[in-house]
Amino acid sequence: MADFIFWMIWALVVASAALVAFGNNLIHSVFALMGTFLGVAGIYIFLNADFLAVTQIVVYVGGILVLLVFGIMLTNQISTAQISQSSVQKGLGLLVVLGVLTIILTSVLPHDWVGSITPMAFSETVEGIGRLLFTDYLILFEIASVLLLGALIGAATLARKEL
Amino acid sequence: MDHLSSYLVLSAILFSLGLYTVVTRRNAVAILMGVELILNAANINFVAFSKFVTHNLDGHLISVFIIMLAAAEAAVALAIVLNLYNDRGHINVDEANALKQ
Amino acid sequence: MIKLALFILFLPLLSFVLQIFFGRRFEDKKGEWVSVGIQFITLIMSLAMLAMMLSKNDPNFSIEVHQSWLDLGLFKIDLGIYIDNITIIMLNVVAIISALVHLYSTAYMAGDVRYSRYFGFLGIFTFSMNGIVLANSLFMIYIFWELVGLSSYLLIGHWWEKDSAADAGKKAFITNRIGDIGMFTGMLIIATVLGTFNFQLIAERIHDGVWAANAGMLFGGIDPHTLLTIAGILVFMGAVGKSAQFPLHVWLPDAMEGPTPVSALIHAATMVAAGVYLTVRLFPFLTADAMATIAFIGGFTAIYAATIAITQNDIKKVLAYSTVSQLGYMIMALGTGAYVAGFFHLVTHAMFKGALFLASGSVIHAMHHSLHKLKDHDTDPQDMRNMGGLRTKMPITFGVFMVTTAAISGIPLFSGFLSKDAILAGTWAYAANVNEGWLANLHMAWILPVFGFGAAAITAFYMFRLIFMTFYGEAKKPQVFKHIQESPKVMTVPLMVLAILSMFFVFTLPSVNPISDHGWFTHVVQAPESAVTTGPAFELEHFEHSLHEAHVPAMITSILVAGLGILLAVLVYLLNKISAEKLATKLGALYRGSFNKWYMDEFYINGIIRPFLKGCDALGRFDLEFYDHYLINGWGRNTKRTSKAVGLADDLIVDGAVNFSGIIFQWLGWTLKFIQTGKIQNYLIFVLIGAALLFVVNVF
Repeated sequence: MADFIFWMIWALVVASAALVAFGNNLIHSVFALMGTFLGVAGIYIFLNADFLAVTQIVVYVGGILVLLVFGIMLTNQISTAQISQSSVQKGLGLLVVLGVLTIILTSVLPHDWVGSITPMAFSETVEGIGRLLFTDYLILFEIASVLLLGALIGAATLARKEL
Repeated sequence: MDHLSSYLVLSAILFSLGLYTVVTRRNAVAILMGVELILNAANINFVAFSKFVTHNLDGHLISVFIIMLAAAEAAVALAIVLNLYNDRGHINVDEANALKQ
Repeated sequence: MIKLALFILFLPLLSFVLQIFFGRRFEDKKGEWVSVGIQFITLIMSLAMLAMMLSKNDPNFSIEVHQSWLDLGLFKIDLGIYIDNITIIMLNVVAIISALVHLYSTAYMAGDVRYSRYFGFLGIFTFSMNGIVLANSLFMIYIFWELVGLSSYLLIGHWWEKDSAADAGKKAFITNRIGDIGMFTGMLIIATVLGTFNFQLIAERIHDGVWAANAGMLFGGIDPHTLLTIAGILVFMGAVGKSAQFPLHVWLPDAMEGPTPVSALIHAATMVAAGVYLTVRLFPFLTADAMATIAFIGGFTAIYAATIAITQNDIKKVLAYSTVSQLGYMIMALGTGAYVAGFFHLVTHAMFKGALFLASGSVIHAMHHSLHKLKDHDTDPQDMRNMGGLRTKMPITFGVFMVTTAAISGIPLFSGFLSKDAILAGTWAYAANVNEGWLANLHMAWILPVFGFGAAAITAFYMFRLIFMTFYGEAKKPQVFKHIQESPKVMTVPLMVLAILSMFFVFTLPSVNPISDHGWFTHVVQAPESAVTTGPAFELEHFEHSLHEAHVPAMITSILVAGLGILLAVLVYLLNKISAEKLATKLGALYRGSFNKWYMDEFYINGIIRPFLKGCDALGRFDLEFYDHYLINGWGRNTKRTSKAVGLADDLIVDGAVNFSGIIFQWLGWTLKFIQTGKIQNYLIFVLIGAALLFVVNVF
């Protein structure tokens, strides 16, 4: 049963991501992206990453996706829900991307990952993440806070009408 | 589901789709969506390696920071997109080729 | 205890911050009472600490807390608080004087242009003074040492529109800096040898022989004992500057340009006593030679300043030289090993000299108001020759003046008698019994009692001269006299409080014997053991005994010389039996020397500052005419010639190569410009292709 659910989610992620990449309607793409995010959250659960799964939903679906919708709504005439989009250099792009994919798969899959035989199941990760965040990763954490502040100020400055 | 390669393959596919989106879309917001796909692919890799190879939480921590970074990036990128729209009335990246001059 | 101490330390800083940032806005709304209130709160806290100390009644009581401040591996600097009985008594001295001066200033400074700033500066001064008192290490003392120097500078120059005030501030600051250089050097020597600034650790390590083991190795084979003497004297130089000892005393009389309450607080009672306090803290690690030097400097300053005070006519100048002289007494006492007496005199002097200054401020205030009413801006309100007969008009000020003059002159029943007597007994015992140190080796130790008793006689003389000229006789300017009024209550109450604190029983309770200093003070303050083990040190045990023996003869002599001084003052200035003018002409050169402060300022200007400036000038000209003209410019001419030749070579060979490569890249650029579309996604594709190619080439 778990196997079945896993592969369903797997397929959902791939399919919705494909819709994001190939779809003709921007609004559809955004909603497909939501599917991808939720699917990835599911994948996290299978990887015992409970905290990340929740963070994924809260930040991506709740935050970034809404920002993207705002971006679309503010930059198109929304008389209709049909906001079509077009693509450029499809052929060349597809060729190159397939090449990249081949390279990744051929180099990653045959590799013998040490320890991959015995997957380790974390029972719950929140405490561990919290502890690491305030010990080993404290400086990174502080830098991140400064970065967020910078992004906040930068975004506010950039979005003003007169620069 | 208990094998590393299933996650790696998923991540590779997600990455490639994201890359394709970034490379081919004309709409800036769509390109942003591609970037999010790529970041998600990276996250899956980190978490998967964390479970199957390193057996500690460092990968999770990196993922948290990547999510944080993605949020900051989306905010700033959308601000830029809005600016572009105010400036030109469209957000088509292939027409924003002032770099050529 | 520590928490109380921290409150006492930082509350005045709060007062400073409030006055500096918000004082201006509340100047007309009684904003100064915030500072006064804060000062009285710290006074209450200090008194609480005093009560705790008295209830413990333990001579060896001490607490220390410290916090690492700078950690450079092997070398650490801690900041901390060290509290013992001396600290607590000093805190009380500072708190009492500071609180009373704050209160007094509300009337004295009323209507001043920079009223709130004045109170702010008083606050930062009190903060830094408390810092010195509480410091547990030389380093921390040094920090606050500079801070009191700064606040002194700011307050002396409070009326900076007057050139003389601005100059006096600068003079005080620079003169102090000369002493501080010595202090800093001494501190560094001690820290280099012992690796610490902490007083307790310094004494401990010297005692354990760390000094004897390290000093020679670190300072080129010097004898450790000599180095310890040098270090002690160098640190003491800081005290010479701050406590206005000869030859760095010149700033203190000029510092009287500041407001009179400031003179009372900083330049009579507390800051100038900081030097004495520093010497108290240094006491355990002074060698016999260093002690002899300190005693000599102190004794010489005592009599030297006293001789100047005789002839001054400015009421504050007399008191200023008297302060220098009394500080000399304290320093001399410490140098002769009369540790308790020196510190005792510091405390009693703070009370009666604070009162004297505030009382003289009261007189000046009255004079000033009277002159203001007459619209007279030429008469000097501080000149005693313009006063006279004021005792009927200002009875409270007069009473306070009498009490405190009796105290400073060493008349029994007053505090000054006890402490001065103890010091004189100390010099006597030193001269009679001590065999170590260069003074004793040169058989010159008897010069110290001569200095001491001489200064005592002169002190009695000039103080009563001041009283008689100011308060007795007939008014020299009747018009001014008519408008003189007693000062308001906020000014007279602090005066009376300080006058009461100048009585003997304050310091001898529970005993009430007016000629013996045995009491709570001599019980809680006791001289520390000398930690010096490297060579001749001061033998305290033997000394205590001889101090006891010298007590009675010293007391009798001191009463006699004081009586002599008073008698002479009565004859000259009260009964006019001897004419002061005739005496002056008869003494001729001596009188002129004293009147002109023995030409010390002139000596500094003509003997040191001018030649130094001339030397600088000559060096400057040498630089310009020889060094610049021949070496620098000549070198420049040669360089110019060489570079012309090199430039020609550059043009032909190097530039040719550069141009050739430029042409190649131009061609390359022209070819490559066609793939520049300006579209970011094209670039991305190129990047990906490139990355893929690199990967393929590397792997396969």
